[in-house]
Amino acid sequence: MGKYTEEQLEKELETQEYKYGFVTDIETEKAPIGLSEDIIRLISSKKNEPNWLLEYRLKAYNAWLTMKEPEWAHVNYPKVNFQDIYYYAAPKPKKQLSSLDEVDSELLEMYDKLGISIDEQKKLSNVAVDIVMDSVSVKTTFQDTLAKLGIIFGSFSDAVQNHPELVKKYMGTIVPYTDNYYAALNAAVFTDGSFCYIPKGVKCPMELSTYFRINEAQTGQFERTLVVADQGSYVSYLEGCTAPMRDENQLHAAVVELIALDDAEIKYSTVQNWYPGDKEGKGGIYNFVTKRGLCEKNAKISWTQVETGSAVTWKYPSCILKGDNSVGEFYSVAVTNNFQQADTGTKMLHLGKNTKSTIISKGVSAGGSQNSYRGLVKINKNATNARNFSQCDSLLMGNKCGAHTFPYIEVDNKSAKVEHEATTSKIGEDQIFYCNQRGIDTESAIKLIVNGYAKDVLNKLPMEFAVEAQKLLAISLEGSVG
Amino acid sequence: MLEDKKQTFLANFVAKTADKDSSLAKQEALKALENLEFPTTREEYWKYTRVGKITNANYSQSPSFNVSDISRYLVEGLEAYIVVFVNGFFSEELSDISKAKGITICPIAKARKEYVDQFEQYFGGLSKHESQFFSAVNTVYNTNGVYLNIQKNSLVDKPIHMINLTDAENAAYNPRNLFVVEENAEVTIINSYETVSGSSFTNSTTEIYVKEGANVDSYILQNQSETSNQVNEIDVVQKANSTYTANTVTLNGGLVRNNYNIEVKGQGCETNLYGLYLTSGNQHIDNHTIVDHIEPNCESNEVYIGVMDDASTAVFNGKVFVRSEAQKTNAYQQNKNMLLTDNASAYSKPELEIYADDVKCSHGSTTGQVDEEAIFYLQTRGVSEVSARKMMIRAFANEILDNIKIDALRDILESKIDERFS
Repeated sequence: MGKYTEEQLEKELETQEYKYGFVTDIETEKAPIGLSEDIIRLISSKKNEPNWLLEYRLKAYNAWLTMKEPEWAHVNYPKVNFQDIYYYAAPKPKKQLSSLDEVDSELLEMYDKLGISIDEQKKLSNVAVDIVMDSVSVKTTFQDTLAKLGIIFGSFSDAVQNHPELVKKYMGTIVPYTDNYYAALNAAVFTDGSFCYIPKGVKCPMELSTYFRINEAQTGQFERTLVVADQGSYVSYLEGCTAPMRDENQLHAAVVELIALDDAEIKYSTVQNWYPGDKEGKGGIYNFVTKRGLCEKNAKISWTQVETGSAVTWKYPSCILKGDNSVGEFYSVAVTNNFQQADTGTKMLHLGKNTKSTIISKGVSAGGSQNSYRGLVKINKNATNARNFSQCDSLLMGNKCGAHTFPYIEVDNKSAKVEHEATTSKIGEDQIFYCNQRGIDTESAIKLIVNGYAKDVLNKLPMEFAVEAQKLLAISLEGSVG
Repeated sequence: MLEDKKQTFLANFVAKTADKDSSLAKQEALKALENLEFPTTREEYWKYTRVGKITNANYSQSPSFNVSDISRYLVEGLEAYIVVFVNGFFSEELSDISKAKGITICPIAKARKEYVDQFEQYFGGLSKHESQFFSAVNTVYNTNGVYLNIQKNSLVDKPIHMINLTDAENAAYNPRNLFVVEENAEVTIINSYETVSGSSFTNSTTEIYVKEGANVDSYILQNQSETSNQVNEIDVVQKANSTYTANTVTLNGGLVRNNYNIEVKGQGCETNLYGLYLTSGNQHIDNHTIVDHIEPNCESNEVYIGVMDDASTAVFNGKVFVRSEAQKTNAYQQNKNMLLTDNASAYSKPELEIYADDVKCSHGSTTGQVDEEAIFYLQTRGVSEVSARKMMIRAFANEILDNIKIDALRDILESKIDERFS
């Protein structure tokens, strides 16, 4: 230990603060700053969109103008100036690429830093990656393999061009543009995202995955994801994100819609590690996301999320259990440190008979952060024999942070069985003592205990993600011991 | 137009406030009322409860009353100091407080004149008259109520039973109570609300100061007619090493809303909130509680249990705050609901807001129906289905009834519940 000087430590901490904080210098094409009908028309024409989509955008924009920003969440942040955002930024179109070699070397370097080298991904993890960088899909892999099975997986704009009938049929049916302020904004200005369609009876042989990245400064990112699993199909979808260090707050307002038709199953996993702001709470991403899935008969939707990033998170992945015997699941780990604020949870709407839902939420708050669980379980009058189990635990580190639980339980049917339990406490000193006694220092002990605490959720993640998520938990909590 | 509705509603009360009250709280409330509107379901605090039943009614203004026999409203077999209010007005002939020792007990209107210093010191110190519409209305238009001061180190020998009766058609009244329990004093207070005849709107506000080491055991029994509505605010502040226990039993009523606001402002305190609500018909019972832990080393327990029949609705919203200074707090909160029909609804919102780390806090909420397997088991043992159901419901409710320390009161409640489900 003698050689390790304070200077070295300082240096290490400086560089470690946010491991993925860097800006890649790629020429970007930007629309003028601000939001107006003209900008929307511009986005639409840039993307060569059909008329119905432009009209949809404009309707959404007009609806958005009449809406107010929601203020009920337990978060506090300087308001976003929506006229101070670039709504369209795309890497300049380059010639069509057929192999990895042709991809911009700068881009490849960036993925290397992120540890998601496409090469490796392709060979080792059997993951098809649709990489979204600043709103435009750059490269899609494994498309051929998927195409053979009839699976459509690609960028949203491609889907608009190639499968307009599917997009038109399903887009906005689960999250209509009138749903909320940010959903309306997204519907008006979304630039790209992912689209996935699994045909009848097909089990998708690999994990589908999208990496999001916000790169250009001051660029609001407005993705739109639509996953449709036709009857009897199965898909596991991964979404993970890191973003570079920036001083100004960046807005992210995505919309994710999942549709599981009869007997279908969708597993949607997210690892979110956007820039959380620095130790003084300066900067960081605003993450205002609307995620919702619809289950038809015997269908199942499972949300798993590991949330460690963003300055402000406002996110409630939900399930509408419309069909009889449908199942909804929500597994979440949310870690907040320094000045992060998270208000996250889920909604389980039981409409059909014999519907089941499970909610496991694990919150960890450290530093001066605020971490809230907010969830709704609603059993409709006709939802006979509905069943829900919810567990929301919070772990507190230090007395500057807060952990809050706001469950809403609404039951209109007597045959329902609804259970909710929540606990809040700190890491037991006896547990840490035990680890110390076995030669594990306190910092490692905390990592160990937090990982154990979050195990119920981490276990639900696909393998590749589980490893990444564990590392993320450890990184997020660095320096929180004291 | 809304403004007109508010003025019409407030006009119901003007004529009755004969007493001169120049308190600061009243001035504040008057000012607040200029801006406060009827609560709506758009407000989080009133999300599940519509107050139209209360605000759309026209109230008559008849202070006269014809009650002469209150025996059926007493707790049988319980010796107590009795304070009776009818339609919001103190009835000296029906009350029995003459021999009370170590305590000062009188109508609040009298206290306003005779105990000016205490009144100034305590009145309006806790009530939410600046933010809550009904609390403001009460603070401005309160008709009467009880002023209670328990002297230092005194143990009150008998429970104090306050009986609130109404016997008029469309009576509206604002009872206002102020209880000051001095250091190391102990007292048991029962507050019962019953309808003799007719229908009423009771808008009650009670402020309770629990000083160092004091122990307050309080009971609220709500058993009004189905056409009677009630908003009941109870504001409590606890000082170090004190114990405050509230048992709220709601057997009947049209729309009932209870708001408990408890500030735990001293170390070593214990707070217990127990609630039982049985709803039927179209009743709507809403229990809101806030326990605010400001100082370390305190404990709070909260259990609310409800059985909902017919097309009735029950709402529970419990909120526990643990401030960053309040280390070593233990807070428990539980809500259990049993639905007897598909038309009944239960809305439960147990909330925790925690800013300190060395705490143990938990909450739970369950909603379900009578366990059919248990019913079947009892039937195999020769118990009829009806009795089996009654037994199950009683067992469910007993978790609250068991906390009642006054035997006579518990017996009465038990028999009332049995009667209801037979």
